[in-house]
This record gives sequence, structure tokens and C-alpha cells, in this order.
Amino acid sequence: MNREILKFLLLVVVILLLPLAIHEGYLLNVLVFVGIHTMLALALNLLLGYAGQISLGQAGFFGLGAYISGILTATHGINPWLAMVIAAVVVTFMAFLVGFPILKLKGHYLAMATLGLGIIIYIVFNEAVDHTGGPSGLSGIPNLSLAGITFDSDLKNYYLIWTMTLISMGLALNLVHSRIGRALRAIHDSEVAARVMGVNARLLKVQIFALSAGLSAIAGSLYAHTLTFVAPASFGFNFSVELVTMVIIGGLASIYGSLLGAALLTMLPELLRAFQDYDIIVYGLLLVVMTMYMPGGLVKGVPRLFNLLRTKLKRSSTANA
Amino acid sequence: MKKLLLPITTFLLVSAWAVTCFANATPIKIGALFSVTGPPSFLGEPERNTAKMVVDEINAKGGIKGRKIDLVVYDTQGDATKAVQAANRLIKEDKVVAIIGPSTTGESMAVIPVVEKEGIPLISCAAGSKISDPVKKWVFKTAQNDGLAVTKIYEYLNKKKISKVAILTVSDGFGSSGREQLKANAAAFGIQVVVDDTYGPKDTDMTSQLTKIRGSQAQAIICWGTNPGPAVIAKNVKQLGIKLPLFMSHGVSSKKFIELAGDAAEGIMLPSGRVIVSDVLPASDKQKKSLMAFVKDYQNHYKAEGDHFGGHAWDAVMLLKGAIERGGGDTPAAIRDQLEKTTNFAGIGGIFNYTAADHAGLTKDAFVLVEIKNKDWALVK
Amino acid sequence: MELSDQIAQYLVSGLSTGAIYALIGIGFAIIYNATEIINFAQGELVMLGGMFSLFFLNAMHLPLPAAVLLAVAATTGAGVLFERLTIRPLKSPTPLALVIITIGGSILIRGIAMMVWGKDTHAIPAFSGSEPLSIGAATILPQHLWIFALTAIAIIANKLFFQYSITGKAMRACAANRRAAGLVGIDVKKMVLFSFAISASLGSLAGIIVAPLTMTSYDVGIMLGLKGFCAAIIGGLSGGVGTVLGGLLLGVLESLGAGLVSSGYKDAIAFIILLLILFIRPQGLFSRAQSERV
Repeated sequence: MNREILKFLLLVVVILLLPLAIHEGYLLNVLVFVGIHTMLALALNLLLGYAGQISLGQAGFFGLGAYISGILTATHGINPWLAMVIAAVVVTFMAFLVGFPILKLKGHYLAMATLGLGIIIYIVFNEAVDHTGGPSGLSGIPNLSLAGITFDSDLKNYYLIWTMTLISMGLALNLVHSRIGRALRAIHDSEVAARVMGVNARLLKVQIFALSAGLSAIAGSLYAHTLTFVAPASFGFNFSVELVTMVIIGGLASIYGSLLGAALLTMLPELLRAFQDYDIIVYGLLLVVMTMYMPGGLVKGVPRLFNLLRTKLKRSSTANA
Repeated sequence: MKKLLLPITTFLLVSAWAVTCFANATPIKIGALFSVTGPPSFLGEPERNTAKMVVDEINAKGGIKGRKIDLVVYDTQGDATKAVQAANRLIKEDKVVAIIGPSTTGESMAVIPVVEKEGIPLISCAAGSKISDPVKKWVFKTAQNDGLAVTKIYEYLNKKKISKVAILTVSDGFGSSGREQLKANAAAFGIQVVVDDTYGPKDTDMTSQLTKIRGSQAQAIICWGTNPGPAVIAKNVKQLGIKLPLFMSHGVSSKKFIELAGDAAEGIMLPSGRVIVSDVLPASDKQKKSLMAFVKDYQNHYKAEGDHFGGHAWDAVMLLKGAIERGGGDTPAAIRDQLEKTTNFAGIGGIFNYTAADHAGLTKDAFVLVEIKNKDWALVK
Repeated sequence: MELSDQIAQYLVSGLSTGAIYALIGIGFAIIYNATEIINFAQGELVMLGGMFSLFFLNAMHLPLPAAVLLAVAATTGAGVLFERLTIRPLKSPTPLALVIITIGGSILIRGIAMMVWGKDTHAIPAFSGSEPLSIGAATILPQHLWIFALTAIAIIANKLFFQYSITGKAMRACAANRRAAGLVGIDVKKMVLFSFAISASLGSLAGIIVAPLTMTSYDVGIMLGLKGFCAAIIGGLSGGVGTVLGGLLLGVLESLGAGLVSSGYKDAIAFIILLLILFIRPQGLFSRAQSERV
């Protein structure tokens, strides 16, 4: 357990010191988004990796958080922090209610149901023009401010976002190492067996679903205040798929995997700028190849590959010796 | 020591010369945000092609005041978030002095706070009136305001004594902006919008909406969208046997629409930039020369017809060129000030006159009303 | 114009759209029945049908019937390739892995189509002219008649195949219990391949016959696939009449919703119905409930 704490503290230190090593303002901007995506990937991983429930509609909760915060602050002038709390509470409650019927489903049916939910939310963003600004989006969302500091630059947003992200990672690590975390994994392996052993599977699944939604909503609020603008296009099915890809690539049921996956997939388009038109192909290829050959994601796959190479080298060297 | 004196001196002289050469020839960095892929790629691709073509031509002739233009293009995929990220990258990493694009209204609105804060002039290629209304210090646009297109149609309707219209708009940035303008301008022309319906960008059947319109009191139908939706609507109208006059927006002012709609395109009217009828314009038209040159160039370069959308990028680059040439330096602030002083620039989209209060620069004469006759464009008198 | 006339038009338009959904839904059902996989790439197979026929018509100037046949063949080939390369070698076919792979596959196919054919929308000539025909107070195009006819033929052929041919029965056996089917000597892997092939041909047929009406481009597959899946869920994944009714019902409800309620929320209607069905009667309106072994 101590090793875990050390690992986490090391991460915190690295994240806090990273901006000092970066001179490019733009990279800092990308890292801000990595932070937001990490929070989202984390939320999804709890649901998908640990509890084993497929959700293809996470972008919907992300968007709800962003829009509720955006509308409350830009149109109604409510304090941004209060708006964030309201958004998180509303979305969590909503997810809790919807969760009961939805999580009765399993496998593809659950996937389709969450997909449908996500798309319905997206359509509402697009059509409720009077409230959301419709397809052209909602602008004029104020930056967050605390104790006199307004978070309007990349550096300030970096620290704000990553503080929140690290807190959520810490809480998540705590959760998965606790009794609840073990119960989740039990449900993943066999829901019936878990039930037989006394786990209230149904309630727990809904609770995790709601928690995941609430966390995504907070990420959404942060996104809205960082960008000062939200548009429906960012919250569609494509982004839900992107989030699932992050979790798959980074590693299911791995908190650090969420970070890895989010970082890779947020920075990949920057690296792939040379292949601008074709990044969609790389995307699909990654999904397919990773699922086929490295189902545990990079977090598990890379060490395994490493070990494989090491044993192969050892064997050949002992053979030669 | 004496042996080294000559090589050292030569080296110093050469480097000094190289440095001065370099200093004179530092390129002017201009950024571009276009949605080359993604749903608005029909905008971004011709825009990027045109921008590259014009920049290459300018550089071939020696650049602006002896300095070449370095055009840095980023594909935003029609995503506002990516547009903002790319804008940040252009300003902070590539250190551009001006940005042209983005291609859509939504992305432009997202990028505006960024350029306003960083103080970099932006020339948007998107149509939404709200980009330049209210006026923002650093933001200009070359695409004609959709409000102007609407007034062109409404004027015509007034002439034909039509007062009740049905509007069918696509539920994306372009369509919703057009819808706003259609509703906002109706009263001023004594026009009543009796049906206000929408359709999705990927919808394949609009007979339901059109059936509703057929059953209403509408005397004309105005459809506001970009391919392929309007082509489907044109076909649906023919299928349902609706005989009302059908108007489209400048979003379909390309031969592609006629190709997609086939026979159903006959008789449809729409406002368009002059570029698609450049060959039938009278010689006295002030834009004719630029238009013909653009169409010919694009055809030579890309083996395709230069269209309305590529024209927005042409105008943006040429306006920047003019602003830098007119002196005052090449800092973002100087460029912005000179842009504001642009007068009578005969571009592809129209004749531009920017002022401190008007960063859109065009009047309704930027549009002509055309009718599709025999699978080609004809000017409506 | 009378409301009843309007409704007649909504019904007719809805039925023709629904027929397409039905065809696509049957494609989903076939693969599901043989393999328990929901192939999220089904929509892309529909798209490929349209794009291939475009290619054979325009680039190779073949007559329409030849182009249609070749397009179906080419798409079937693509479907088979997809199964071979991605589904078959899968080591741990958990539902999650399958969902992800088919989604990834659909993105990949779409990307390749975009690379090969570009992003433009293309028109395909109607099979037999485009003069509207009247049915009472409603009008349809000849292409709609083609859609109804071909869908009906496909469904009947499908039913006959699964009911009466040995291969069809073998595939149904695989769906009922894979291991038992293997034990009685059925080559399960081959049946899986067949299911993908048949699904691909049906899907491509849907894409081809609807393309003259809706035009085709590299991304028509997304929504069509989703709606087809909704049809399959609403009607039940039986692959028979139930699925077809599901598709028709979806098309009609969508059409009525767009005309009478709100055109903007039309797509939401399809998904709300999907959610309601999943909540209340997940096996579909026209299927029997399934039980799961624990």
C-alpha cells in the first residue's frame, strides 16, 4: 500500500513541476486538455474497466456538465463554482435515475442504450437553440476565479485542471483499493456470483454509473470555463468513442492507464499532423489492433512485451553460452 | 596564427552576410484554420487549396515587399475545440502575424476570444453575421453575411408579391444562422414565415416536412443548407408535385448541387457570389477581371472549378497582402490597422470596404440572384 | 390539404424508409443469430454497397445490373475480409471486445473509403426513372417501389434459406448453442463466415437501392447503421418478420414524428423508442423472451 502512495506522490510532483520544463506555450495548452480528458477517461474506466459496464454515451454527461455550467454562468450570471456544483449534482441525480433501468441491460444492449442516451442528449444540445445557442454554440462563458486569481491563461488553467484531476485520481485509487473496488471487480467477473456473496450489485452499478456521470460533468464544467465556449460537435458519439479508445489503449481497470490513454490520444493528433486526413484510419486501426493483441492496454501490454523480449534474449544468450 | 586569420575572417564575413540576408528574407508567417476534413470539408478543402495557390503565386512573384509568405495551415475538422487549440498553436508556437479562417461560424465564434486576447488579426471565411456584428477589434470576415443573402431573396419576393414563406433550414451552424436571419429580416420586408422547419445534415428524406409545407399557406419555400440536403429536398419537392417556387441559399452555389439534384434542380433560384456566373457577367462589372483570373487559375492548378467558398480564402489572402503592402509594417497591430482602411477592393466575394464600424465590408450587391436553367446558371434580371 | 392526406404521405414515406431500416436490421440479426455478435460495422457495409456501385457505374461504365451485382460481390468480399482479419483471430471474445472491435472496424472502413473515394457526395441514377407515382393522396418515386420489391424478395429468400436449407439450419444451430452445434459436426467457423457474407450482401443491397434517392458518400453508414440496429432491437433480433416489422414501424414513427411533432427532434424519436423498448421489453416487440444460462 505504501508503494502505491509513493507512486502517486511521484506523479503529483512530476505534474506540478512539468510546466517549468516546457517553454512552448502551446504544449501547455495541450496538457490542459490532457488533464480534462484524463478525468473523463478515469470516470469511464471506473464504469468500464472495473465494473465492466459498457458505456458509449459518456460524452453526453460531459456535455451536460459543460452546458449547464455554461448556461448558468453566461446567460444567468450565476457564480461559476456554484454552477459547477449544481451541474454535478443535477447530472449525478439524472444518471442515478436513468441508471436503474439502463443497468438492467447487459453487453450489446447496454452499449446501444448508452449510445442512444448520448445521442439524444446531443440532439437536445443541437435543437434547443434558445438555451444552448444551437449548432453554433454558446460563447461568453466566464473563466473561473478563486481568491482574486482569474484562471485565464494556459499556465493557471494547467494547475487548476491538474489539481482537480489529481484529486480525482487519488480518490479513485482509494476507491478501487477498498471494499467497494473489490465488489466492483466481483460484479465484473460474474454478477450472479457477486450477488450470491451479498453484494448489492444492482445498487452498486447504478452508484458507479452516477459517480462516473458526475465526475464527467465536473470535467465538462472545467472545460466550459477553460475554453469559454461550448458547441454540440464536441459532445457527440465520436467523442464517446474517443474516450472508450483512451481507456482501452491505456488499460482497462487501471487508474494510471486512464492517464496514459488520455495523454496519448490527446497528443496523437498533434503528432499526426503530417497525416491530417488519415488520422481517422490510424484511430480505427489502433482500436482494432489493441483489442485483438493487447486487451489489457498499454499499461499491461508494454511490461509484458518487455518481459517477453527479456526472456527471449536470456534464452538465446544462455543457449549461446 | 597567421594561417587561421584568413579562414576566420572569411567565416565572419560570410556569416555576417548570411545573417543580413536571412534578416531581409525572414518570411511573413500567416496562419490558416480550415476544416479540410470533417462535415464542413466542402468549405475547408477549396479554401485551403485556394489559399495555397494564391500564396504560391505571390511568392513566385517575389513575395510581399521582397519577403515570402509562409502559410501554416491546420485542419480543424470542423471542431470548435480543435479550432481553438490550433489557433493557440498558431499564435504561440508558430508565431503568426495574422490568421485566415476558420471555415464555419461555430469555429469562428470559438476562436474570437483567443485572437481578441492575443491581439492577432483574424479574417474569417465563415458566413455568420454575428462574427462581425457587433464589431470586434481584431476580427474581420470575407464571406458575405448570410443576412445579405436573405435580403436578396426577400427583395425578389417583394417584387413578385409573395408574402408567405415556408423555411426549411439544416440544423447546423450555417443553417441555424440562416434561420436567424430569415426570421429577423422577415418583418422589414412584410414577409410572414408560416412554416419554420428543420432537417438534419445527414437526413435522407424530407418528405414529411415538405408534406407539412404543402398543406400550409406558404407561397414559396426557402431552403437553407449545404449539399447534400438541399438536393434531396429538391428531389422530394418534385416527387410530391409541389409547384411553389423553391429558393436555396448560397450554400449550394456550386455545380455539385446541380449534379446531385439532377432534373429537380430546374427552376430553382438562389443568391450567389458572382464567381459562378463570371463568364456571363457584363464587361463593365468591376469584379469580372479578378473572377475570371481566379476561375482560370484554380482550374489550372486543381483541375476543378473554382467556387464561391475558395473565393473567401482568395479574398482573405489578398486583403492581407494589400494591408501589408500599404505600409505601416508587418506587426499584427499594423496589419489590423491597414485592414481597416481597405477600400474598393474588388475581390471574389464582392467589393470590400472595411471601416472601423464595419468589418464585414460588403453590401447586398455582393450577391446576384441566379436561376438554374438547363443545368447551368442564369442571371435573374 | 387535408390532414388525412398528409398522414397518407407520412405513412408512405415512412414505409419506404422503414423498408431500408428493415433490410439493414436483418443484416444485424443474421450475424447476431449465428455468432452473438452485434456488428457495429454493418452500416459501413451499407455504405460500401452504394460506393462500389458508384465506382462500377461511373469509373468503369458498366451497365446497371452488372454494376449492382459486382458491388454486392465486392462488399461481400469486404465483409468476409473483415471477419477473417478481426473477428476470427480474437482470443477473448468478450462482448466488450467485440463491440470495440466492430466499432473500430467501422471507423477503419470509413477512413479507407474516405481515402479512396474522397469526401464528396455522389448521385446515382434511379433504376427506372424519376417520375413520381400517385398512391391515393400520396406520391412515391419508382425507386421506392424497387425498395419495397427488393426488400420483400430479400426477406422471403432469407426466410426460405434459414428455414429449409441445410446451411441455414446449421447457422440457426450455431445461434442456439455453439458448442452443441460443433459437436454434431457443424463447422462453426464456416457458419460465422457465411453469416458475415450474407449480412454484407443484404447490407450492400440496401445501400445500393437507396443510393439513388439519398445520394451516397463515405459517411452515410453511421446513421443508417444505428437506425438499422434500432429496427432490429424494436422488432426483435429474430431476423424474420419481427425484425422487418420493427424497421417499418420505426420508419413510420419517424416520419409521423417529423411531420406532426418536430422535424428537429426526429432522430431523437428513434432513439427514445429504442431506449423505451430496451427498458420495457428488451427482446423486441415481436420476439419471445430469451433466457440466459448463468
